[in-house]
Amino acid sequence: MRRIALHMLIGDTGKYLGIVAGVMFASLLIIQQMAMYAGILTQIYSGITAAHADIWVMDPKVKSIDDSKPMTDGELGRVRSVEGVAWAMPLYKGSTSARLENGDTQGISLYGLDDTTFIGGPAQMVEGKLSDLRINDSVIVDATSATDKLAHVAHDGTRIPLKVGDTLELNDHRVKVVGLCTVSRGFQSQAVVYTTYNRALSIAPTQRKNLSFILAAAQPGKDPAEIAAKISRVTGLGAYSSQQFVDRTLNYFIKETSVVINFGLSVVVAFLIGTLIAGQTFYNFTMDNLRHWGALKAMGAGDRTILSMILLQAALVGFVGYGVGTGLACLMGLAMQDSMMTFTLPWYVLLIAGIAVVGISGISALFSLRKVVKLEPGIVFRG
Amino acid sequence: MNTAEELAVECRGVTKSFGSGNSEVHALRGVDLTVREGEVMMLVGPSGCGKTTLISIIAGVLNATAGECMVFGESMQQMTGAECTRYRGSNIGFVFQQFNLIPSLTLQENVAIPLLINGMRYNDAIPRADKALEQVGLAGRTGDLPAQLSGGQQQRVAIARAIVHSPRLIVCDEPTSALDHVTGQRVVELLREVAAGSGRGLIVVTHDSRIFQYADRIARMDDGVIQDVYGSYQEMVEAERVIQ
Repeated sequence: MRRIALHMLIGDTGKYLGIVAGVMFASLLIIQQMAMYAGILTQIYSGITAAHADIWVMDPKVKSIDDSKPMTDGELGRVRSVEGVAWAMPLYKGSTSARLENGDTQGISLYGLDDTTFIGGPAQMVEGKLSDLRINDSVIVDATSATDKLAHVAHDGTRIPLKVGDTLELNDHRVKVVGLCTVSRGFQSQAVVYTTYNRALSIAPTQRKNLSFILAAAQPGKDPAEIAAKISRVTGLGAYSSQQFVDRTLNYFIKETSVVINFGLSVVVAFLIGTLIAGQTFYNFTMDNLRHWGALKAMGAGDRTILSMILLQAALVGFVGYGVGTGLACLMGLAMQDSMMTFTLPWYVLLIAGIAVVGISGISALFSLRKVVKLEPGIVFRG
Repeated sequence: MNTAEELAVECRGVTKSFGSGNSEVHALRGVDLTVREGEVMMLVGPSGCGKTTLISIIAGVLNATAGECMVFGESMQQMTGAECTRYRGSNIGFVFQQFNLIPSLTLQENVAIPLLINGMRYNDAIPRADKALEQVGLAGRTGDLPAQLSGGQQQRVAIARAIVHSPRLIVCDEPTSALDHVTGQRVVELLREVAAGSGRGLIVVTHDSRIFQYADRIARMDDGVIQDVYGSYQEMVEAERVIQ
């Protein structure tokens, strides 16, 4: 009867495609919303993970990666002196403005990396080398902003991307672009510009304290969280392992801003709508066939046979709808790859959406099955 | 006099009520009926007199409130639900008024359903379904869908489905209601052909007087009881003439 169940479902092509489309839309909605949410969360802490440092040290009042309460340069030496620290490097992180050729200004995130090691620099270069930052007045710009925010707009409105060799004016300092890189876009979505620590200090408005963060590493075999705790005890600074700082940043955004909660609620609503669509679609299909199930019962099909038929139909609809929905979500993700939109598709999003869609198809099948089991086969003799 | 072994169906004091209290409806009020093996029994009577309820109880798709119905000596009311379903699947064929063909299945798949329910493999069931369709004159259309057929052809498919697993008892509810005179006669002839013979039985609920001539006996029902059982259509006509 398995083949009959499948042919009952697939044989009516229009209805079958309608059901699959319903489940597909539900999958797409759930995955797209969760992927956008995951993207926003990733954006919030992307600056931390992109730096590839074991330990982040900062002013104890700092609450997130976007919060900057500079320290004195002397703190760097204190951190280096803590037992268990393999190395510690300065990181400047600040905001300034870039003046474009047409006179417009554009806010940028300026990163100043250790002049020798470039610790905390971009992981992937699109053009040029990180070591080119040793050239005088050099900067590396994120490739997406080079084609977008920092691009030169011609008289006819066309955008001419910023390229290696071009110059920029940052806070009245003329700098030369020596490389383009890929960055994980931060929450504020500003253009990202890397240079050396000392050059960043010369570009940025002068302050008494300039050291935004200290990036450090634990000695081999030592737990970064333990070393971070030790740094805190010894120096009185805030020190966290990379994961601890990610959590602290997320907590700050969840508790202190409404962005995460508001968007999280919309994800929950999308999830509920998606599961309801998937469930209702399949429930209606089974109910449409109630008379046929009754006929099968009259002809001697037992409840177990009908249960297996309906669950098989639910599984097929669930898997096909989920598969197509996931494919479309991936295409959507690819289309957004180079845009300002956030779209991150980790495995757990696919797993959660898969369980939700296939599960809800199965649950709705069981709900409809209650009606089928209760159905008197005598219904088939009524007009 | 027939012995119990020669009876296809034997109903004794069957009553059926729906609802309770003031809204209780008595659909059957103590029906006694026998159908002999190899016999074509037609149940006639006005709408709402209990014909469909009676064949539903005989076929084991509805439980009687009281009384007993034996089919080939077996009481389905004594069986568990699963036993009853199995018994129905292997011993009873159905022809429904609304055909109840599954629209998304081909004719051969529709006809093969009783075989598959009884555990036959799909690849073995399909050739047998084709043979049954050949029997009802639809040999060239096995891969068609029900919607591609006329009402009469669909009814023939329903008959092929009712006979494909060689059930001992076939119950038909208004099998000719959607058919023209000629097709209706053909359908009943066909049913008679397959259901005749020892060890089998055919019960037809009908309003269609054009097919009464094919009955071996006709039971006239009214108000939930069997009023008369006639040995032939002529006998029924004579009796009604006398009453008038």
